[in-house]
Amino acid sequence: MKIVTPAARAEGQRLFGAFQTWGAVPVEAAVLQPAETLLDLYGEDIRARAYVTQDPVRGEMMLRPDFTVPVVQAHMAGGAEPARYCYLGEVFRKQEDGGARASEYLQVGYEVFDRDQPLRADAEVFALFSRMLAGKGLRAATGDIGILIAAVKGLPTSDTRKAALMRHLWRPQRFRALLERFAGRAPLPKGRAELLARLAKGDPVASEAPQIGLRSRAEIEVRMAKLAEDAATAPIPGDVVDALEALIQLSEKSRKALEDMRKLASVLPWIDPSLDLFEERLSVLAAHGVDVASLDFEASYGRTTLEYYDGFVFGFYAEARPDLPPVATGGRYDALTAVLGADQNGGRSIPAVGGVIRPALVVELEGRA
Amino acid sequence: MSVKIGVPSKGRLMEKTFDWFAARGIAMKRTGAEREYSGAVEGIEGVDLVLLSASEIPRELAAGRIHLGVTGTDLVREKLGNGNDLVDELAPMGFGHADLIVAVPDCWVDVETLDDLDAAAAAFRADHGFRLRIATKYHRLVRDYLRAHGVADYQLVDSQGATEGTIRNGTAEAVADITSTGETLRANHLKILDGEPVLRSQATLFASRVAPCDAAEAAALAALKARLA
Repeated sequence: MKIVTPAARAEGQRLFGAFQTWGAVPVEAAVLQPAETLLDLYGEDIRARAYVTQDPVRGEMMLRPDFTVPVVQAHMAGGAEPARYCYLGEVFRKQEDGGARASEYLQVGYEVFDRDQPLRADAEVFALFSRMLAGKGLRAATGDIGILIAAVKGLPTSDTRKAALMRHLWRPQRFRALLERFAGRAPLPKGRAELLARLAKGDPVASEAPQIGLRSRAEIEVRMAKLAEDAATAPIPGDVVDALEALIQLSEKSRKALEDMRKLASVLPWIDPSLDLFEERLSVLAAHGVDVASLDFEASYGRTTLEYYDGFVFGFYAEARPDLPPVATGGRYDALTAVLGADQNGGRSIPAVGGVIRPALVVELEGRA
Repeated sequence: MSVKIGVPSKGRLMEKTFDWFAARGIAMKRTGAEREYSGAVEGIEGVDLVLLSASEIPRELAAGRIHLGVTGTDLVREKLGNGNDLVDELAPMGFGHADLIVAVPDCWVDVETLDDLDAAAAAFRADHGFRLRIATKYHRLVRDYLRAHGVADYQLVDSQGATEGTIRNGTAEAVADITSTGETLRANHLKILDGEPVLRSQATLFASRVAPCDAAEAAALAALKARLA
C-alpha cells in the first residue's frame, strides 16, 4: 500500500505555493463527492476507478477521483471571471494491479476560466507546467481534441451518424467500427439485414412476446424508423474516411503535424478553421517560451482518459521511467462546464483549461522518495 | 497442520465435487448431524475438508485461509478480478457449466447485439432522463465486458437473486446473469444477446498462492496434486 510521504507533501506544498505566486486563488474541495454527478458524466466505467461509499442521508458518495468537477462547480456557484484557481489534496483511484500503483495520492492543480482568450489560457497553463517541471527529463505530449471534433462534425453524412460518432469519440475502437460501417466497408450487425428487409416490405415487425419493462413499443418503433432511415443514407466516401483515420493516427512534431493535417484538409476542408486555431496556438506557445519545434503532437492524445477534454490536451512523461504514470496531465474542457452548468445556468459553458501534477512522482524521479 | 480444501457446502455442486474426487481415489463425506457443516476426507493423509458457501471460497483462497477450493470461475473472476495473482486454476472439473450472458426483453425486436443495446441505451437515456438499467450481481465482469465492447449510457443495478424478474417489476431494462439452459430466461420473456458471452464458467479446482504451507502441508499438497494429475 503506497501512502503519501512527507517528501511528496512538501513538494506538493512547494508547487501549490508556486501556483499561488502565479496568481491562482487556492480552493478546497470535499473528499466525499455525490456519486450521481460523476456517474452521469463518466458513466458506469468510473465505478471501476473510484471508491464508492454510502452516506445515510446523501446516498451514494465517491471519494474524490479528481478535483476538476468540484472546482468547476465552485466556480459556477459564484466565481468572477477571468479566474485562476489552484488546489492541493489527495485523490483516490482504485488500482487493479495489487498495490504496485498508488490508489491514494496527492494532486496539485491549476485551472483557468477565461472566456476571452482561450488560446492564451492554453499556452499559459502549458508554459507554466513546462517551467515548473523543467530539468526533470520529462517529455511533453500534446494533442487537440477540437480538431477531431471538427473533423466529425463536418462529415458529409446524416446528423444521426455524426451524433453516434461524437458519442463514441472517447472510445477509439467503437468509433472506428462505426466509421467503417458508415463507409459501407464493414458488415451490418447480426440480424440487422433481416430486420431492414422486413421493414422495407412494410412489415411492422410486431412481437409475439409480451411487452415488458419500461422501454415502450413506441420507443422500439422510433429506433426501427431510424434504422430504416440510416440504411437509406449514402455511405461516407472512402477517401474521407481514410483521411479521417489518417488524421486520428497522426503522431509527429507539431510543425510537421500541422503540415500533414493541412494536406488532409484537402479532403476534409471543414477542419481548416480548427487547424487555424492550432497554428495560432503554436505561435502563442512560442511567445510563451515553449520550444514548439520539438513539441510532440498526437492527434488522438487524451481520447482514452476518463476526462472530458475537448480541446488542447497535454501530458508530461518520464522518459527514463516508462513504468510510471504521467507526472502531469491537463487540457481544455469547455463542454464539461456546459454539462455541469445545465441545472444552474441553462447549459452555459465557461471555457476552461487546467492541469494537475503528481508531486510524489516528481519526488520519485529526483530520487528523494 | 493439514491442508485445507474448501468445497461447496450443499446441493448438486457438493455432490458432483465429491464424485469428482471419488473418481480420483479420494473419498469426501459430510459427517455429524444432517444439518451440521462438518466433513472428512479419506484415502489421503493430511487433508481437511472445509464446507463453505461457493461464493465465499474465492475470498478464503485469496486470504490464504484454505489451500485449495472448488468454486465457479465466474465467482473467482468477479471477486478477485481477471489475471489476479492470488489463485491458480488447477483443474476444470467438467460440471457446473454456465454462461454469464446479457439478456433483454424478447419484445425488443430491434435489439440483437451489443451494438443495438448501446444504441438503445443512448435513446433510452435521452427519453427517460436516466441511464438504462442492467440488473446483475456480477458488477465487475459485466462492467469490464461492456467497456471492452464500447457500450455507454447504462448503469448496473444490484440484484442478488430472481434477476430475471427485475424487468417485469420495472426495476431494470436488461439483465446480466448466469444461465445454463436458458429456461428461466425464456419463461420470463427474455432473449440472450448474440455474440460471445461475458464469461463461460464451470466448477474449477483452485489453489491459493498465498496460503502458508509448512513441510507436512507441502508434502500433503504435493501428494494430492499427484493424485489429480
